[in-house]
Amino acid sequence: MNGFRRIGILRAAPGFTMLLFLAPVGAGLIGTWLPAFGIFPALGGDEFSLAGWRELFAYPGLGSALRLTLVSGLLSTFLSLALVIGFVASCGERKSFQALRRLIAPLLAVPHVAVAIGLAFLIAPSGWLVRLVSPWPSGWDTPPDIATVQDPYGFALTLGLVVKEMPFLFLMTLAALHQTQADRRLAIARSLGYGPVTAWIKTVLPAIYPQIRLPIYAVLAFSLSVVDMALILAPTTPPPLAVLVLRWFNDPDLSMRFVAAACASLQFGIVAAAIGSWRLLEILVAKLARSWLTDGRRGGSGGALAPLFGLAAGAICGLGAMSILGMAVWSIARRWRYPDILPSAISLDSWMRQGSSILNAGLNTLSIGLAAAAIATILVVACLENERRQRVPSNGRAIWLLYAPLLVPQIGFLFGTQVLAVHLNLDGTWLALVWTHLLFVLPYVFLSLSDSYRNLDERYVRSALCLGASPGRVFWRVKLPMLLRPVLYAMAIGFAVSVAQYLPTLFAGGGRYVTLTTEAVSLAAGANRRVAGVFALLQALMPMIAFALAIGIPALLYRHRRGLRGIA
Amino acid sequence: MSQSRDGARDEARDRARDGSKGRSEARSSLALRGVSLAIAGRPLIAPLDLDVNGGEIVTLMGPSGSGKSSILACVCGTLDPIFDTTGKIFINGQDMTGFPPERRRAGILFQDDLLFPHLSVGENLAFGLPRRIKSRQERDARINQALVEADLEGFARRDPATLSGGQRARVALMRTLLSEPRALLLDEPFSKLDVHLRERVRRFVFDHARAEGLPTLLVTHDPEDAAATGERVVEVQPAMVDNSPASRPPQKNHEISTVDHREVGIIKKLSL
Repeated sequence: MNGFRRIGILRAAPGFTMLLFLAPVGAGLIGTWLPAFGIFPALGGDEFSLAGWRELFAYPGLGSALRLTLVSGLLSTFLSLALVIGFVASCGERKSFQALRRLIAPLLAVPHVAVAIGLAFLIAPSGWLVRLVSPWPSGWDTPPDIATVQDPYGFALTLGLVVKEMPFLFLMTLAALHQTQADRRLAIARSLGYGPVTAWIKTVLPAIYPQIRLPIYAVLAFSLSVVDMALILAPTTPPPLAVLVLRWFNDPDLSMRFVAAACASLQFGIVAAAIGSWRLLEILVAKLARSWLTDGRRGGSGGALAPLFGLAAGAICGLGAMSILGMAVWSIARRWRYPDILPSAISLDSWMRQGSSILNAGLNTLSIGLAAAAIATILVVACLENERRQRVPSNGRAIWLLYAPLLVPQIGFLFGTQVLAVHLNLDGTWLALVWTHLLFVLPYVFLSLSDSYRNLDERYVRSALCLGASPGRVFWRVKLPMLLRPVLYAMAIGFAVSVAQYLPTLFAGGGRYVTLTTEAVSLAAGANRRVAGVFALLQALMPMIAFALAIGIPALLYRHRRGLRGIA
Repeated sequence: MSQSRDGARDEARDRARDGSKGRSEARSSLALRGVSLAIAGRPLIAPLDLDVNGGEIVTLMGPSGSGKSSILACVCGTLDPIFDTTGKIFINGQDMTGFPPERRRAGILFQDDLLFPHLSVGENLAFGLPRRIKSRQERDARINQALVEADLEGFARRDPATLSGGQRARVALMRTLLSEPRALLLDEPFSKLDVHLRERVRRFVFDHARAEGLPTLLVTHDPEDAAATGERVVEVQPAMVDNSPASRPPQKNHEISTVDHREVGIIKKLSL
């Protein structure tokens, strides 16, 4: 067995990986909590004090900010989940299911900011949706005077979050369906006389829910603390809590850092409480539903639900697709007056004039994204290969650690991480940026790759070993080539995640690094839709190109290898 | 890399060279001495003693779940460490216990051909060919020769996925033989083939194993396979689950001597 355990580097991989990405989160949380209680030596805070909290609670807009955060965060998570469950349960066997499935993967690749900018234009009073019905039949000769974007209730933000989070939960649900052999469960229940929707909810949902639980919590945490989308879609006076935190951290009055830290800690508490309450609700629903599961009620054909959920899910995806299309059109529009549906004159001026800043932001985005995705993929492969060679069974606790950076709100620890970076003399460096992005890239790369890696038929490896190949040679010549497609796909996901990062870029970059995302957000605040369109479109295009390459390269290399098509 | 490890590797290479040279002269052999398996403290099979001479095909029979395949994995060194093993494994009189699989050089064939789907037929064969053969021409020549032997001349650039089941099985065997194994392990390699193919592939494999003088261990639950060898059959005994092991004499695996077609019926009953 010594041959299996030879490589020390490989054995250190899981520990190193955990340290690399849990240490900044842990240190970041502590580095945020201490200033919240007055301790921040750099600003002369040497002793315990509740001044930050007092000032926070004295802030007049805190109540509305809190309400805004809770409504948009909870409502969007609930709606996304309800839509996914309703759609999969009622349309799982229909053609619309497959159609939407194909539409959703590219939508997932589009960064939040691009969706938000696109959506803002789409639903604005002078936006595409209003133009489609104006001047006839709506009778609006001028844009109607309603606040559809940045509305005081946070509905625009909620909608934006649903457009972005529904595809994610849908994809996670698909993966879970695959793992639980849902079609067989469903077939049995159907043969026992259950209607399709009831059969799905009674036999499939209880099996897949535990598998999508962590993704749901991640969505909840994200939605409750989102900053980039909120900057574009949420009201500004007051904004949601997370935006307040960012505003105070950036306040020229340095003493506001204490208030910001307190608010960031409050944000963390809110997310923790929300996840805890959601868990309690799960237990309650499971208890109440117990008798319903076995009461023998078969349910109807679900005929009315299918079109309802099909339409709703289709509409959400349609909004996402139209957002991107709208940005593309804006980016080449020269004259586009209300209520014209299409621009009356087009030009590439917006692209040309932005040439140098596109190049600068684009190259930063590319280099950071590629580095973070490559490092994450190498670490994940090393961990998985080590797991295989040591034959450690994958346990449930590790996955929780992996999700940690996704469950802890970014705004709740990035300030502390930045303080850590300052101490390490890394603040505002390219390395710090890559490292910070890695915290969010790594979990997704792992989630994307682990199943394919673990499911590779171990007998291929055994055959190769028995043919006299060393474990290293087996890895490079057999495993990696056979897993090329999932490995590249995981890398593309990692790249897409990195491209989308706003807050980490802002904090770790110290304002010195401009990416397509940070540029798009700051442009969205201005009135120039054309330039914002250029950056939002580029930001959406980059991950899509990455995905196209990840699918295209193996397809090209293995075009004469039919046997590899099944391995994904 | 430590000095001793390099030394060990050189030694292995020398052995490999000797082995391939001497195969036709000195007969190779495979021996199991008191090999037993247990999982989580629960014994799986009773200690097994077995000697297989070069060119001999010994069949291990037993119901599914009896641990037959695990014995093969134990011989070639790929057994999952959750199993506790005892006993020793000798190939050509050399104790291989604890060696990593790539140094044991025990070729194995599974139910599925497991041709690497990313490599062509020829590349699959090249994967098996030892690194010792360096020149491109010689490697190609060896591969072509193997293809001719498998009746697959000109198939080198083909995608393995486009081959028929029988063709793939033959390529899989040639890949293993090209790796110059010192023993051959067959893990129900015929069970997924059609009935009419099974007979032909079986003969192909057995003929080659005998011609190469390889000690061969066949695991199967199909009495036809056992009968086709016309050689020794060993019934794998599950270990007794007994709370007081001292109360009974230790059970040993027993051998059924040479069988022929007439005895198939009896074996069928046994394997039920």
